[in-house]
Amino acid sequence: MTRITVTVDGVKYTDEVEPRTLLVHYLREQVGKTGTVVGCDTSNCGACTVHLDGQSVKSCSVFAVQADGSEVTTIEGLARDGRLHPVQQAFHDNHALQCGFCTPGMIMQAIDLLGDNPNPDDEQVRHGLEGNLCRCTGYQNIVKAVRDAAGKMSPGAGPAAEQVSSQARSGVSGGGQ
Amino acid sequence: MTATAEPSVNEFGQARKRKEDARLISGRTRWTDNLTLPGMVHLAVLRSPVAHATITSIDVGAAKQAPGVTAVFTGRDLADEQGSLPCAWPISPDMVAPQAPSLAVDRVNFAGEAVAVVVARSAAEAHDALELIDVDYDDLPVVLDMEAALADGADLVHPELGTNRSALWAFDSAEVGTGGDVEEAIRGARDNGVVVKRRFRQQRLIPAFMEPRSVVMDPTGEQMTLWSATQIPHVLRVMIAMTLGVPEHKVRVIAPDVGGGFGGKLQVTPEEIITFLVARRLGKPVKWTEGRSESLVSGHHGRDQIQDLTICANRDGTVTGLKVELLADMGAYLRLVTPGVPILGAFMYNAIYKIPAYHFACTNVFTDKTPTDAYRGAGRPEATFAIERMMDELAAELGMEPLELREKNWIKHEEFPYTTISTLTYDSGNYEAATARAKELFDYDGLRAEQQRRRAANDPVQLGIGISTFTEMCGLAPSRVLGSLSYGAGGWEHAAIRMLPTGKVEVVTGSSPHGQGHETAWSQIVSDQLGVAFDDVEVLHGDTQSSHKGMDSYGSRSLTVGGIAVVKAAEKVVEKARKVAAHMLEASEDDLEYDRGRFTVRGTDKGTTVADVALAVFAAHDLPEGVEPSLDSDATFDPENFSFPHGTHLCATEVDTETGEVSIRSYASVDDVGTVVNPLIVDGQIHGGLAQGIAQALYEEAVYDEAGTLVTGTLADYLVPSAVDLPHFTTDRTETPSTTNPLGVKGVGEAGTIASTPAVVNAIIDAVRHLGVRDVEMPCSPQTVWRAINAARGQVKSTSEGSTETAAGGGLGSIDSQHGGAR
Ligand code: FES
Ligand code: FES
Repeated sequence: MTRITVTVDGVKYTDEVEPRTLLVHYLREQVGKTGTVVGCDTSNCGACTVHLDGQSVKSCSVFAVQADGSEVTTIEGLARDGRLHPVQQAFHDNHALQCGFCTPGMIMQAIDLLGDNPNPDDEQVRHGLEGNLCRCTGYQNIVKAVRDAAGKMSPGAGPAAEQVSSQARSGVSGGGQ
Repeated sequence: MTATAEPSVNEFGQARKRKEDARLISGRTRWTDNLTLPGMVHLAVLRSPVAHATITSIDVGAAKQAPGVTAVFTGRDLADEQGSLPCAWPISPDMVAPQAPSLAVDRVNFAGEAVAVVVARSAAEAHDALELIDVDYDDLPVVLDMEAALADGADLVHPELGTNRSALWAFDSAEVGTGGDVEEAIRGARDNGVVVKRRFRQQRLIPAFMEPRSVVMDPTGEQMTLWSATQIPHVLRVMIAMTLGVPEHKVRVIAPDVGGGFGGKLQVTPEEIITFLVARRLGKPVKWTEGRSESLVSGHHGRDQIQDLTICANRDGTVTGLKVELLADMGAYLRLVTPGVPILGAFMYNAIYKIPAYHFACTNVFTDKTPTDAYRGAGRPEATFAIERMMDELAAELGMEPLELREKNWIKHEEFPYTTISTLTYDSGNYEAATARAKELFDYDGLRAEQQRRRAANDPVQLGIGISTFTEMCGLAPSRVLGSLSYGAGGWEHAAIRMLPTGKVEVVTGSSPHGQGHETAWSQIVSDQLGVAFDDVEVLHGDTQSSHKGMDSYGSRSLTVGGIAVVKAAEKVVEKARKVAAHMLEASEDDLEYDRGRFTVRGTDKGTTVADVALAVFAAHDLPEGVEPSLDSDATFDPENFSFPHGTHLCATEVDTETGEVSIRSYASVDDVGTVVNPLIVDGQIHGGLAQGIAQALYEEAVYDEAGTLVTGTLADYLVPSAVDLPHFTTDRTETPSTTNPLGVKGVGEAGTIASTPAVVNAIIDAVRHLGVRDVEMPCSPQTVWRAINAARGQVKSTSEGSTETAAGGGLGSIDSQHGGAR
């Protein structure tokens, strides 16, 4: 067992983990962040995507011990003061989910993508989400949602914004729930 | 007055954003695997690495000693209580079916079959201990090829059955009296028309829902509670009772949030039965969650048929007969509806066409592969693919424009209701309207012109146009029809409405959504029926305790059967409320008018609402004589007919004749799914359906090696398309209301999948037909396309050297080269 300290969605946790424990299992089973899900065992589906120190990662391909001292944001940590993140709102507004199983990973990846490219075209969105599989939507409304969110987010509202105070988010104009 | 919001507009037809989304976009989900119960232990399954073998011994000694391990069970340990997994669809009286143990006892019949389980304090410990179990297998000959399996003296999957043939199911229009004799029609066409014969292969597919299956069983309560990622909580409860002899009232089944199904979760799984039995033995809650590789190898597969078709026509293009002979791979066992899946297609090969003579025969075959069962469309995609491919082949033989050939044969809009040669009565449709709109959206004429130009210029990248003018039967189903097909249950659906004292409404539905948005759509329906606000309706589902009765969600049935049950229940609420309203308003019932929640006395300004009546009924101080103090109502709706959505899908592909690479340049679909409750949801269903149908055409296949091992056992090998693999879809709708239900709705869940596969493959072949290609096997990967082009080029060359045969492509070619049409 190894002791790690990880900040998840703004709260600091110190836990004992086995060296082989994957970050996604640590999040789900020890921290209780079941909003992040597991869809495969070969790092192909992206359902487990979270932000680790401001970068999107597939949390099934990172060991929990590698997150020691880091900051993790999951789908559960996106809303601010009861207001959805603009990407969450856009997924709702554009019917970008059906069963919703891919959605947490898809939203986390979309935020990362918009951090890198605040104004992507359809093709760029599709390429940016290539590592995230959805079996329900055919991706069309996901692409639409990401572009819709792009129009509503100010530059710099990508994952990096999660690490600092909500001030960094002041330019974000997400709709209410 | 109670504090309920007034609905302002009709909800029906509004693009309401979904209620379901709030929890799904914020991670507040209730997937089965999210559950943790006090004292819960974890179960892991050891699966056979070999396809066919006798189990000679299993040593679990070391596994039992492993850290954290609570118990280890083999098939022998559960043999007395596990029964045989149910098959609810014995398609013929002489169908043969093997025993289907959840945990293999003496023999394994496919790679991936469960042979032992470990229960441990953590899932990781349970999986570790699996590696310590030592199983000795004595290999048996592996049966993989359907035709070889049917040959005399073939090795047998189940030697005790004496055959690999499970059943033969046939329909013949001359015998039934709905039409002529197809052999006669073929003979006639040989002399005087055209006969085209082709063989198509429906590759094996995997549903690949994104949420892996998971089961939690809590045996500690008075009712034993089973949570499962299933499409069919109600059917599952009945089947657990029947399979295990457990009293039905002692079992509660819950389907919480379920992450997609597509037929793949329409099953009573070995793992549900095993988890149930093990938890009951141990007296503690047990959880099993599969990994993706486990899911791909052991969850049921779909399709896998060989289709031999013969179509005959007059030289003017009038189709005179259709003969369909199928081999359908059951895999190693008959699961819940395995044998019936290809039979559902029997009614759909004639599709939208007036075909005067029809013969259908399907032979169901056992192999040492994962069992097949329902996958989005179930039987109807296969039928639609075959007939739409055949229409293109026939058009080519005749030298006719493929859309014109279809138009010549399809049922005209003024001919509805129309009873088909396969005995179905299509209530409504307008193929002309959908096709006209699709042509316009797609710029059909413009693309045909471009195709001509590029063909003339010998462009290395050729343009192809694929057509699919489809219909399907869905909304499973009238119980009497299911009965006549020997199905083990009915096709009704249940709904109940509870009127709460404050005017809010709870709707209980037997439908079991897993992504379809029923909470939203049912709220819209009830909002209109009872005049309550959309947000004042709560939809309860997926728990046999709150929703005690249901037939669940599959076969595009939820709206056309379950949604109508909701309407019927609401109508009963209104009838009950009418009596009380009349009393409250001191008027005669006959003088009351009702519109969206409001009763008014004709010719006056006096009125009241259902909500106010609900409060009065709750108080029950002053009710008319003999009226019981409740507006709550339920209804069980059994449809009189299937629903028949239809549409025209057009696909343009660019095919690189040098590399075989295919890309979809544009895709336009116009679907007619009757009236639409929520266009947002309908469009979403179409998009997702298109993605799965296109995936069959281009990407997906479950491949086995000669030893019977699934070699596409991960998402790296089984190619579920990503966002870059799919095009933008241009979609539109025409609306021809169904005449067999009060809302005029038709099913939509499977339409996109059913329609799209042949549109894509027809487009690929259309791009290279001038090179002599007449078929490309699915999935149409660059290699397959390239090989088909090269094979055809070779044959075209030999033709020019004097052979009279035309290129066969992947098919068998025309059987009457001397009488064929334009070649
Ligand atoms: S669970 Fe991490 S990529 Fe699939
Ligand atoms: S919404 Fe179901 S997998 Fe994407």
